[in-house]
Amino acid sequence: MYAFDWSSIPGSLPFLWEGFLRTLSITLVAGLVGLILGTALALARLSSSRFLSTAAAMYVNGFRAVPSVMVLLWFYLLVPQLFASWTNALGWDSRFISALVAFSLFEASYYAEIIRTGVQSVGSGQRAAGLALGLTPLETMQLVVLPQAFRRMIPLLLTQAIILFQDTSLVYVIGLADFFGIAYRTGQRDGTLVEMLLFVGAVYLVICSVGSALIRRAKTRLTS
Amino acid sequence: MISELCFFSSLLAPHSSLLALDWSIFGQPAFDGSGNYFTFLLVGLGWTVLLSFTAFALALVVGFLVGVLRTVPSATLRAIAFGYTELFRNVPLLVQLFCWYFVFPEVVPVVGPWVKEAVSPLGQQIAASCLCLGLFTSSRVAEQVRAGLEPLLSRQSLAGLALGLPLRDVYGLVLLPITYRTLVPTLTSEFVNTVKNSAVASTIGMVELARQSQQLGEFTAHWYESFIAVTLLYALLNGAIILFSRWLERRWRIAGTIGK
Repeated sequence: MYAFDWSSIPGSLPFLWEGFLRTLSITLVAGLVGLILGTALALARLSSSRFLSTAAAMYVNGFRAVPSVMVLLWFYLLVPQLFASWTNALGWDSRFISALVAFSLFEASYYAEIIRTGVQSVGSGQRAAGLALGLTPLETMQLVVLPQAFRRMIPLLLTQAIILFQDTSLVYVIGLADFFGIAYRTGQRDGTLVEMLLFVGAVYLVICSVGSALIRRAKTRLTS
Repeated sequence: MISELCFFSSLLAPHSSLLALDWSIFGQPAFDGSGNYFTFLLVGLGWTVLLSFTAFALALVVGFLVGVLRTVPSATLRAIAFGYTELFRNVPLLVQLFCWYFVFPEVVPVVGPWVKEAVSPLGQQIAASCLCLGLFTSSRVAEQVRAGLEPLLSRQSLAGLALGLPLRDVYGLVLLPITYRTLVPTLTSEFVNTVKNSAVASTIGMVELARQSQQLGEFTAHWYESFIAVTLLYALLNGAIILFSRWLERRWRIAGTIGK
């Protein structure tokens, strides 16, 4: 039987917390930017302009065809080259910036698809009614279609946020120390990799299970 | 104005390497002596295909089983299946992979020591990646199967039971034959996800496509060429899967339903 040694975990909690904050900040920034950009992409894709809808479709399908590991590696190659003078001047960690950019742009393509289906699920009668009332197409979208669409999309958008929260652990491939990265390094250093991995897994499991249980409850309330 | 121009040109200067892509590197002999860098990437593609196809086969078998269990009358079985899907859906793939690769051989009695002693490092990487990807995807497949079965439960399964079929046949002869045909599009996107997720196996040293692209970049310093080639290979593989599934969807379309 394996002799577990959990003694190194309490001592490393402050470092783990630091990593956890990094995980959270990537999730929040990428979630927000992804949501805004995703809405723009969804509307572009649904627009009557052929150019806009093709461009948005190419963006979305392009990002969805590539593994997130490759997206992270791509941006860790591109961002430091393109923005070296900025990140150096501001004293930012180029790994962190690369991760933020990569996840924001990547998530936008996933949010765009959720939002597009959400908008399409609102009956065309709603749009026609808005236009008949004399609202401009933009106002119809803003005041009539989007509020209904977002209400239906909330469970899916939040589920996507939980997936994003889990996926941020992939910043491991560009050497950024998030919650998982710190735990892995500490475990390697102290020879307690087994305990650290189990601890990290348990923390993720608890947070995400509670999150998805809350989403299920919200879903029944939103749809009833 | 001039200073602005200088600022931007200094920003764009490193970027000029993009204009000087050198595709001849794929003809150069690979560092490991296995051939040239083109065949080097093809080896990676081969492992990616093997890994994701094996994992997806496992995911289909386990996923259909767990998905069915989530809809059976027994509350205990339903709860077990629910716990299974929650466990594999709520822990990040990377953490699951590291658990299979680093924790499993240490902690599990009998099997663990055997794995460490008798299985080669490559064998351990393959086994951990396939199991991890397969079970991770199975929880998602199970969710799709459950979602496909649920609308059929009230009428179709009652009709089956009323005809005197045992529960096993209600699933085998009535519910599942409808479900797997309607699930082709969603399962296709799970298959594509499996291919994409297989890139995570590079973190434990599995020599699949993402790993080969990093090694190619490290040894030749031609990162752009490497990443472009690998990105295209992933897109081609996923495109091929999507085309196959469209064909399957047409073939399996249920008469009387609308399908594009």
